[in-house]
Parts: sequence; C-alpha cells; structure tokens
Amino acid sequence: MDTSLNWLKAYVPGLNVTAQEYTDAMTLTGTKVEGFREPDKNLKKIVAGKIVKIERHPDADKLVVCRVDLGTETVQIVTGAPNVAEGQVVPVVLPGGKVAGGHDGGPMPEDGIEIHAGKLRGVDSYGMMCSIEELGSDRNYYPEAPENGIYILPADTELGSDVIEYLGLHDVIFEYEITSNRVDCYGVLGIAREAAATFRLPFVPPTVPETGNDENVNDYLKVRVEDPDLCPRYTARVVKNIKIAPSPWWMQRRLAAHGIRPINNIVDITNYVMEEYGQPMHAFDYDTLAGHEIVVRRAKDGDVFRTLDGQDRNMDHDVLMICDGEKEIGIAGIMGGENTMITDNVKTMVFEAACFDGTNIRLSAKRIGMRTDASGKFEKGLDPESALDAMERACALIEELGCGTVVGGMIDIYADKKPLRRIHFDPDYTNRLLGTDIDRATQFSYFRPLGLGYDPVTDDLIIPSFRQDLIRKCDIAEEVARFYGYDKIPSTLPSGEATTGSLPFNLRIEQIAQRIAEFSGFSEGKCYSFESPKVFDKLLIPADDPLRQCITILNPLGEDYSIMRTMSLNGMLSSLSTNYNRRNKNVKLYEIANVYLPKALPLTELPDERKTFTLGFYGDGDFFTMKGVIEEFLEACGMNGKLKYDPKSGRPYLHPGRQADVVYEGELIGYLGEVHPEVLDRYDIGERAYVAVLDLPKIVERVSFARKYEGIAKYPAVSRDLAMVVEKSILVGDIEEVIEAKAGDILESLAVFDVYEGGQIMMGYKSVAFNLVFRAKDHTLQEEEITRAMDSVLSGLKDMGIELRR
Amino acid sequence: MAALDEIRSAALKRIAEAGKLDALNDIRVNVLGKKGELTQLMKNLKDMTPEERPKFGQLVNSAREEIEQKLAEARDMIAKRERELALAQEVIDVTLPAKKANIGHPHPNSLALQEVERVFVGMGYEVVEGPEVEYDMYNFEKLNIPANHPAKDEQDTFYINKDILLRTQTSSVQARVMEKGKLPIRIIAPGRVFRSDEVDATHSPSFNQIEGLVVDKNITFADLKGTLAEIAKQLFGEETKVKFRPHHFPFTEPSAEVDVSCFKCGGKGCRFCKGSGWIEILGCGMVHPHVLEMCGIDPEEYTGFAFGLGLERISLLKYEIDDMRLLYENDIRFLKQF
Repeated sequence: MDTSLNWLKAYVPGLNVTAQEYTDAMTLTGTKVEGFREPDKNLKKIVAGKIVKIERHPDADKLVVCRVDLGTETVQIVTGAPNVAEGQVVPVVLPGGKVAGGHDGGPMPEDGIEIHAGKLRGVDSYGMMCSIEELGSDRNYYPEAPENGIYILPADTELGSDVIEYLGLHDVIFEYEITSNRVDCYGVLGIAREAAATFRLPFVPPTVPETGNDENVNDYLKVRVEDPDLCPRYTARVVKNIKIAPSPWWMQRRLAAHGIRPINNIVDITNYVMEEYGQPMHAFDYDTLAGHEIVVRRAKDGDVFRTLDGQDRNMDHDVLMICDGEKEIGIAGIMGGENTMITDNVKTMVFEAACFDGTNIRLSAKRIGMRTDASGKFEKGLDPESALDAMERACALIEELGCGTVVGGMIDIYADKKPLRRIHFDPDYTNRLLGTDIDRATQFSYFRPLGLGYDPVTDDLIIPSFRQDLIRKCDIAEEVARFYGYDKIPSTLPSGEATTGSLPFNLRIEQIAQRIAEFSGFSEGKCYSFESPKVFDKLLIPADDPLRQCITILNPLGEDYSIMRTMSLNGMLSSLSTNYNRRNKNVKLYEIANVYLPKALPLTELPDERKTFTLGFYGDGDFFTMKGVIEEFLEACGMNGKLKYDPKSGRPYLHPGRQADVVYEGELIGYLGEVHPEVLDRYDIGERAYVAVLDLPKIVERVSFARKYEGIAKYPAVSRDLAMVVEKSILVGDIEEVIEAKAGDILESLAVFDVYEGGQIMMGYKSVAFNLVFRAKDHTLQEEEITRAMDSVLSGLKDMGIELRR
Repeated sequence: MAALDEIRSAALKRIAEAGKLDALNDIRVNVLGKKGELTQLMKNLKDMTPEERPKFGQLVNSAREEIEQKLAEARDMIAKRERELALAQEVIDVTLPAKKANIGHPHPNSLALQEVERVFVGMGYEVVEGPEVEYDMYNFEKLNIPANHPAKDEQDTFYINKDILLRTQTSSVQARVMEKGKLPIRIIAPGRVFRSDEVDATHSPSFNQIEGLVVDKNITFADLKGTLAEIAKQLFGEETKVKFRPHHFPFTEPSAEVDVSCFKCGGKGCRFCKGSGWIEILGCGMVHPHVLEMCGIDPEEYTGFAFGLGLERISLLKYEIDDMRLLYENDIRFLKQF
C-alpha cells in the first residue's frame, strides 16, 4: 500500500510534517511505514519559460538557439529537441538546478544531474529545456507528453512559475506494511484517519452529495444474487449519456502518484475510488447486458470465460460469476469480461460495487491463477458498508466531472446487514492488561478520532463497520496502547511465584554428545530434514526395507526436498562430499537432529521423531577412531554396562567386513562402520570414510549420572600376558568375554595389546595378545590365586578351541 | 709438616683447576683414597713421638676436611655448570607450531542458541520441545488461525495431508504446553520450522525459531516489555535499547514487533541495520484471550505473553554471516570459525 502525502493532506488539512516525522510517528501507532520516495528529490530550479524566438545554430544542423522568456528575464538556451516551436511554454532548468534523469528515460542517477550554464558548439546556453523523462517521470503518467522531446506546458502557465508544483511532483509517496487485520488501511481514507489520530488533527473525509436524476434505476436494471453466502452485498447504479474524456488534472496527478496510469474519466474514477476507499468497482457497458439484468451465481464446472485481457479462463463451481440474462460477464471480484467491457463508444453503463467473500475470492484467484488488484483487495474481506460509500463517491465524481447522467436510485442487495458491534468500555481491564494507570478520560479520548462511537447508557463503545478487527476488550486495550504509546508503557518483570529454569534431560544428553564430539575433533553440521526419495537407492537400501517407508510432502520445493528423512546418513555423506570436493582435508562432522519414522502410512498420527547423533569423517583415523568416540560418549553418559559390537549388522551402505551394530545391555542403540566403496563412489568421496549413528532416545533412557567412589587400590597388582593364535574369524570380543567370565573378581582389567597376521602366522589365523591385571581390594594376591584364575581362563579358552601360543 | 703443606696446596690447586667431575674423583682417590697421599702421610704417625702425634693427626685431619670441603664445592659447581650446559643444548624454538588436540567446533546456530538458553534458564524459564511434523490444529487453529485464514497462505506451509504439516512456527508449542493445564507457565521452545521459501542468500525452507510463553496471574504488557528489555541486554550488551512497535499476530493482542538498537554500531547506523540504528528481532504480544480459552485457561483469571525470535536473526547478524546457505553446507572452513 502506497499513499501520496498530498492526497492525505486533502483529508488531514493540518498535516505539516516532514517525511521522516510522519514515518516515525505512524510506525509507532501501528501503521508501519516501510519507506518513502520524494519525486522532487532531484528536481531544482525548474521554471516555466516561453520560447519567444528560435534561430538556427551557426555550427550545428541539429541544434537550435532559443530565446526563452522567464517572466523576469529572457535567456538564451540551445537545444536539440525536435519539437520546439515559438510561442510554446516549456519547463526550463536554470543553471545550478537539477534534473532527475537523462532525456532517454534510462536509469536515473542517485543524486540527479546538475545543470550548468555553458556553451554548446560555441554558443552560450543558459540552462536546459526538459522532457518528462528528465523530470523523473514518463508518458505513462503524463500521457499528454510528446513521445520524444520537450514537455509542453499549457499556454497560460505563468512564466517563471515552479513547474514541479504544476506537475504535482512536490509530494512524498509513503509505502506501508499493512497487517492483515487492518483492511480499512488499504485505502487513503483509512490511512488518513490513522494519520489524523496520530497527529491529533481533524480528519475531514470528502463530502459526498446525493446524486441521481429523477428516473429510477429499477426501470433500467434488475439484479439477483443467487449465492448470498459468497456475495453479502451487491450495489449497482446506472450512468447514461456518458462522455468519455480525460479525467481532470488533479485526479490524474493523484493516480500517477500512486503509480496508476490515467486512462479516461470513467476508468480513472473507478481507480480513484478504489485508492480512496480500498473498494474495487467495476463498470459494464449497459447496452451489452442481455435482458438488462445481472445475476450473481456460481460458475458451472467446465465453463470457459474470456476476461477483458482477452484470455480464456477455465471456471469451476466454486468460482462466483457475474452474469446477465444469458451469459457470464465477469468473474466476481477478480476481473470483468471482454463481452461487456467499457469502450470509448459506451453510452450507458452499470457501476458495480459489491462485497464478495474474501476466502472464496482468494481461493478462486489462486485456482484460476489470476491475482488482480481487485482480488487482492477483496480477499482481505472487505467491509460491506464500504461498497455503498464507494458507489456514492463514484457517482458524485461522475456528476462533479460531468462524465454523464446518474440515474436516480440504487440497487442494493444486502440480505444480512449486521448491527454494529459493541464492546463494553472497561478502562480497568485495559490497565490490568497493559500494566498501566491510564485514566478513563485519556483512554476515551483515543476513540473518537478512530471513528468509534459510545453509548453512555450501556457504557459501550460502538465499533464502526470498517473496524472488523475490534472484537473484544483486548482489541480496545491495543487501541489505547498504541495511541498512549508503547514507549510510555512501563517496563517491569513478572511478579508471580519464582520458577526454576531448566533444560530437559534429553537436551542435557545432547549437550554431552556435542561436547564429546567436539573434544574428539568433530565439528557440528546441520542438514535439511527433507531430502530426495532417490537417496534410498543411492545408499543401496533394498526395495522392501522399512526405511523406505517415509513421509512425503504434498507441496515440496521440488523432488529433492520431497520426503522427510528416515535416516541421517545422506545428509552426513553429502556434507562430507562437499568438503572432499572443496579439497578440505581431515574432515570430521557430527549432527544431532531428527529422523522422522511414520507409525503408519498414509499418516494418520504424528510420526516418531527420533533425535539422531550422527558422526562422519574421512582422513586421519579409522574404524576404531569412531568406536572410541562412541565409547567416550557412552562413558560420559555413565553407561558402564555391557557393550557389544555385532559385526553381523548387515547394513548395505557399509563395508561388509567393517561394520557393527552397537548393542548396549542387549539393546541396539546404533551402528558404525566404514562406508561401502560403492556408496563412496556415488557421493563422489575419494577416500575411505567412516560413520556412526546413535539413536539418542534409547541412550537417554539408559543414561546414569549416579557415581560412587570406590577407593584407590591399596594392594599391589599382578600382571600376566596371554598370547594365542586363533582363527581369523574368531572375534577378540568373544575371547574377551570368556576371559572376563573365567578370571573371576580379581581380574581388574583386560586389554588387547597386539593383534598380528601374516609372517609366521598361518593363513586364516591371527595372533592375539592380552594383558591381564589382577588385584584384590582387601589383600595382596597370593601366587596360588593368580594361578587358579589363569588356569580357569586357559580351560575356558580351551573349550573355545584356543591354545596358547608358545 | 712441609710434606703435608705440599700435599694440601697441590690438592687445592688441582681442585681449583679441575673442570670435570671425573677429575675431581681422581683427586679424591689420589689424595684421600686408601692409598692416597694423605692416607700415606698418616702412616708417618708411627715414627712420631707421642707428643707430636695428636697435633700431626689434627693437622692431617683438618687438611683432609679442607680438601673434602673444596672437593664438594667444586663438585657442586661443576655439576651446576654441566646442567647449564646440557640445558643450553636443549633450547627449543618456542615459536614452532603448537600440538593441538584439534577439537571440533559448534555450529553457529548452536552457539547462538546456547547463549539464548543460558539467558532464559537464568531467568527461570524451562526449555521444552515440540514436534516438527505437527497437526494443523496446533500450528494454526489453536493459535486463532482458523481454516482459510489468509495468514495460512502467508506462511507458505508444507503440508503432509490436510491435518498434518511441517510446523511453520514454534508457536505450535504454546497450545501443547497450555493444554497440560500446569500453571504458571514460563517456557521457551526452540526448534526447526519450515516454510516453502526457495533457497537463496536470505531464505531457507528450514530455519529455527525460539518461542517464549509466560502465563500467570497478573501478567501485563509492561512485564513483556521489561522481560524482553532484560533479555536484549543480556544477549546483546548492557547498553542495548529496545523499541516496541504495534503489530498484528492472530494469537496475541495487543501485539508488537521489537527492534533492538543495532548491536554492531550501537545505534549510529551501519550496513547491518541498513542505516536505521535498529534491528528487528522478534514479534510478541499478550496471549489472545481466545487462545487461552481454547486451551481451557480462564482469561479473566490468567493473562500471559508470548514472543517468537528467529535464531538465524541472531546468529547471522552476530557473526556477520552474509549467506544463509552456508549454514547447511557444512564446509569445515566455515564451521571452524565458531
């Protein structure tokens, strides 16, 4: 929404403020001014001058030398403009003045162009005559300007007078961000009312006299509304003896200031009223209406309708149409039809001002794929009263400008006129809600400028129909707050009972994960929650894998963002790939974010959102580096229970011989492994990469922060080494399990210190060496105790078929 | 006697000249050892008169003590010198590079979020989370945005079906918390939200918000102002000023947008605040009574305020990140800067 300051001043006569003052004050009362533009910013010292004599330039064929009368003096100006003639009055920029742009209408320099006295091909030139483009505008807004050449002013223009004033360019155009609740502010009048209230000035809306001759419109036209739910109000009037002509200069200037091109009196009046009231209107050629009848009804599925821009549009049953006795003549609230449009030969016309259901217009415009200025206004949900106001204003302008004869009477189909809303005036409530102490009279003083009425009997505020946003007491409190000034409301802190701030348990665990990952060298990445359905193939996920059961977005940004991820690996591998291809070395990343597992498809309830701790790296390190991070994390979470790594995890995206499920106390909590070379190829990663994925909800359930000090050992430890050659397929973890089970309580620690293949070791076998440390808490161990423990271990190993290496 | 003097002065001279520990040892053996010069001299004792013996013995012993003392002194001195020499050999260039553990770095959003959480937890707020795939009911309806409300279009929602969507705002957590019926409420709810914006330098279809909600008896707009002013100071510095501008949200009334004085230029105007001196940071307002009613809370008894803060608003500005796409590329050269 834009408004011209000059237009506003017409209704707020005392409004004498700078653009910046206006911007700041309006923003603080809730009409946010996003910015402003001053059309005269780069126009200086431009006056009307009369060309009294034209002579040829002695040294240039394309230039002429003009004597120009500026009222007080006559100066010499050289020009190359093709359209100058003696007797013309033209805009002249004097030396030291400024114009906005070049004569070609190209991009305008930020600070305009300064004009100096000088010589053109040896002849003195005192200033410059200007085209409309040099004055910062164009022929769209000044259609009378010549296509190429100097702008010609009316012959009776006072010589030496300010041309910028004449052209209506001493103005400021404000641009607003109007919130969706303030439909009334989509018109100059609504903004003017707010401005008047803001600056505590009188608001003087235009006086609209009664119009119409002594004929009766009902003798000309019949209107029937078949779908009143979609058309709460329909007003129509007839204008005859139409004389199409340009609209008056003042109207053209106001429309141009709002970026609307002047066309002719009828079109301009419609646009003018739309700008003023925010109410779109439409004009039909009366003589093209079959049966001189208007019917407002839904379209039929499959109807094709040609709008006045000449395009054929497909209609359906939910689109509201304006029809005559035979045919469709307009899409209600969106665009009229070619078949009934006003032409320069129009004699009699029907003016329509209606209120259509905003939601229906919005949805229809969307379906048809045509959003117009009119639909943009209607879809906000207009006040049915403004249809009448706009109609009366438009007809008054028709008479005032002498464009035709308005037929007496109005057709007004308004089935469900609602009484004005009332809200009890409760100044105490307002103070309680705002935390203020604003007296009743002060609060009350804000209401009248806003158009609110008051019933002293019931102590109710009476809400004007254009304020559809004022519904209950809190809305009144906001009106008080914004005119009292948000800045004057005190700043306090809530006074109620103190609460304890806290992080939920799972977020504390996430923080531990972050800490451990970062201490282990991993940096935190973030990936999108949605991805391409192609990632399953890319990760070699089998067709029947449950991971492929994913949530699909109905209206995604594209296929690449169309499903909610069920696994976090794609994000991680894509990030590693980005880094690899940018030649970053040794990249370690982690992410903590959700995967989305539907409970059933199609989705009837919310999916299981599982926070997933994903780690990935390439460069320094291997499988066991990753395994180390997992164990550091689990230890930090106090998870000191039985941890197993099951190599039979069978994940197709991982190296078949270098992957494991992580099993804690018998529960699968995650996995890790080297990425399958096939997958690496698909992600264009040229090095071995390792990933680990942990399911945080399962970890959160198992975290323990209970700690108990057990004393530092007082008695000496005894160390024994065991070396053995075993089949390669036997897992060290399984051997450890046997040793731990057989060695008894005195085994303090068990560590693998050497694993070796090749050399003297038979093919298919490996040599493994363990260090066992024995210690008792309460005495120095005796040799027999250790021997007993070692014998037990050896017999256990023997049962596994393992002999010690001699 | 002369022999003793000679041995003594010769020994002392040799000690003084000795430069190494070995040499001192030789002197000790040669002079004080079992077969050493002084020990030999003591053998002369037997040829002396009983009167001379004690005196001679005393002289030899005092010479021995003197030599032993000098030996010890020389030994200390040489040891010290040798250690100094050894240390001098071990001089390192302390300007050579450090050996770092190469710890990783948090994401800038996490860094900013932790800061925000720290401030709010300190002020007694509980951090809660809500689902990202959410019912339309919580994302819109219970926030006073009924079906066909234009605000639903404005937010460019990703839909899963007609009832389920990707939440467009963390405000969806409000109703979930209020419905539980536990009062008073003082929470923040950070998390991902989604809107169908094409990816570019300033837009992302996925970004983060932090919702705040306080519901209690006697909560006022003044409390909202005071709370946010305090938060702004804690987040952006003691000097930070806040400006409340009237605005409209369907689920708060009165509503406001809040600007903070630019924390880059202090309000003088710079490229971050586009010369205005102010940065728009959040939307807020008093919880709409109808929203309270829909959650079974009596608006005559309880009032509340709510606010929604864009996390990227903070992280991008605070760390001067000029392209939102960097947040999701995970280039290690970017992440290492946080």
